[in-house]
Amino acid sequence: MNIHEHQAKDLLKEFGAPVPNGFVVFNLNEIEKKIKSLGTNKLVIKAQIHAGGRGKAGGIKLVESQDELIKQASNMLGKKLVTHQTGPKGKIVQRLFIEEVSEIKKEFYLSCLVDRASSKIAFLSSTEGGTDIEKVAKEKPKKIVTTKFSLCNKVSEEHFENIVGIFKFDELQKKQARKIIDSVFNILIKKDASLVEINPLILNKSNKLCCLDAKINFDDNALFRHPEILKLRDLNEEDPIEVEASKHGLSYIKLDGSIGCMVNGAGLAMATMDIIKLYGQEPANFLDVGGGASKEKVSAAFKIILSDKNVKGILINIFGGIMRCDVLANGVVEAVRETKLEVPLVVRLAGTNYQEGKKILNNSNLKILSAENLKDAAKKIVDVVK
Amino acid sequence: MSILVDKKTKLICQGFTGHHGTFHSEQALKYGTNLVGGVTPKKGGQKHLGLPVFNTVEEAIKVTKANATMIYVPAKFAASAIIEAAESKIELIVCITEGIPILDMIKVKKILKKNKSRLIGPNCPGIITPGECKIGIMPGEIHKKGSVGIVSRSGTLTYEVVAQTTENGLGQSTCIGIGGDPINGTNFIDCLELFFKDPETQSILMIGEIGGSAEEEASEFIKSSKINKPVVGFIAGVTAPPGRRMGHAGAIISGGKGKAEDKIEKMKSCGITIANSPAEIGKTLHDKLAR
Repeated sequence: MNIHEHQAKDLLKEFGAPVPNGFVVFNLNEIEKKIKSLGTNKLVIKAQIHAGGRGKAGGIKLVESQDELIKQASNMLGKKLVTHQTGPKGKIVQRLFIEEVSEIKKEFYLSCLVDRASSKIAFLSSTEGGTDIEKVAKEKPKKIVTTKFSLCNKVSEEHFENIVGIFKFDELQKKQARKIIDSVFNILIKKDASLVEINPLILNKSNKLCCLDAKINFDDNALFRHPEILKLRDLNEEDPIEVEASKHGLSYIKLDGSIGCMVNGAGLAMATMDIIKLYGQEPANFLDVGGGASKEKVSAAFKIILSDKNVKGILINIFGGIMRCDVLANGVVEAVRETKLEVPLVVRLAGTNYQEGKKILNNSNLKILSAENLKDAAKKIVDVVK
Repeated sequence: MSILVDKKTKLICQGFTGHHGTFHSEQALKYGTNLVGGVTPKKGGQKHLGLPVFNTVEEAIKVTKANATMIYVPAKFAASAIIEAAESKIELIVCITEGIPILDMIKVKKILKKNKSRLIGPNCPGIITPGECKIGIMPGEIHKKGSVGIVSRSGTLTYEVVAQTTENGLGQSTCIGIGGDPINGTNFIDCLELFFKDPETQSILMIGEIGGSAEEEASEFIKSSKINKPVVGFIAGVTAPPGRRMGHAGAIISGGKGKAEDKIEKMKSCGITIANSPAEIGKTLHDKLAR
């Protein structure tokens, strides 16, 4: 799960890291009241969306007066923002973060994450702050220091020195850095974050370190123990159809093609998308129905797949393990009737009770094309949508 | 021969009396797996499916001499179940549970390092040696005793591949689902090492997917290995968009890393034959062996 910059900064503050003074607004009326909490008119307005690249896309503006602030804020709120990370559709800006301008002397990069390859905690530190770290990794890999260590309660002195070494801090700066690194580490450990990224971490003209921008991602599997984090979820940032799908226990991701897919299991679902492409068409979605498939679930899946108007046909590919193909077949037959499915449907069943499942489909008198195997299924669905 | 599990494997089930534990224990018994009991805290002393229930793994091992455990415990408690099993010094732990927090798994890995237990999974279908021992949720009947070792990050895609090797008359020595999570107990390299050493395994199928770099590391291992057994691979997710988690917690292309194309390229360069179509994995191996 992702959260907004302003929420990430609130968390950092709670954990003792310095962030600029600022406030969030959802409408223009709030600005006048809240601006009194800041001591200056030199402000920066930052569009709050779950995507990077906001600066270049016009989602970050500097202002020097309240009038200018209102003017720029009204230009941003409710408007679409397209960055290199949002895709061409962009995202509607529904909240703004307004904070005091910082005078930057130096910019750094700092992040903490779980390293899957080594099963360790990793800190990444770089002097190339404020830019895309993936670009730095590609172009100047020597400018990034990676510090990995086993799960523990505290960042050791040795690891701390390794993390900040590249920054060439003096003793006073190091003291501040220690506090920031402890905060970042504690957020990761205590809140089950999968990534805490400060980019840039800055040194301002009064020689103070400050977290100028922050991004925090959380491990979805651990949200059950953090109701306070779950409250930060912003459904506006998520595709409403994907949210609807998750309510039915379906894992759905919309793609750009014309063949809808319904598959059990994530690996087989990806392989099904791949084979559609191999036969010359593009998949319209990823959809994993999971371990069970009642009439309700299949109906919901049909509705979700068909909410995408590009879909010209649907391929159901089931390899029954826990899932019984006869139960699924009944679900499909009832769902086809209930949703009055009009697009062509190809069904491939294998595994547990597949023969009974096929019989149910064949005896239904519905226009369901039965496929013998994965290859046959891909051929059939590609042929019918041509 | 086979790897990790066979007729001699004595199995217990953690989460024995729960819904999933019960169902899959019945299936294992039906398949002929030597299931000798189970663990459910506070239900020790009872009988379930005609087998003894114990409060702890330690007690179960003491009485039954079990050397393997399968875990069907909900995600919240699964990490402690794995740790309990590891600290009881059981040889093999198979954890089917999906949705374990990643920090819990880091903790588990740290404890596994100090103990001798091997963990398969989590978030996996399990392990099967056809005709001898089935530990997990895979449908037993699609398997056939044979010479192909299968290792995969997926569940149902593994069944697809198993069925294809069976249809091509090859059969399997042992099939292992290593799981779809970013951090797992046993990885591709561990399985390849065992398959290379197993005389019955004459060829290997390796099924990967987008995310992480386990396939790349395994490719390097194969290239540098002295034992030469034919390996055929498939990577799911050529059509997966970057930045999106494709069902499995570990299946995500992030920061341009973990792409299917890069994995395929690496595997090819290390001598692995790649099946382009998921429908032709069995045939690709069959043709390679016939050459």
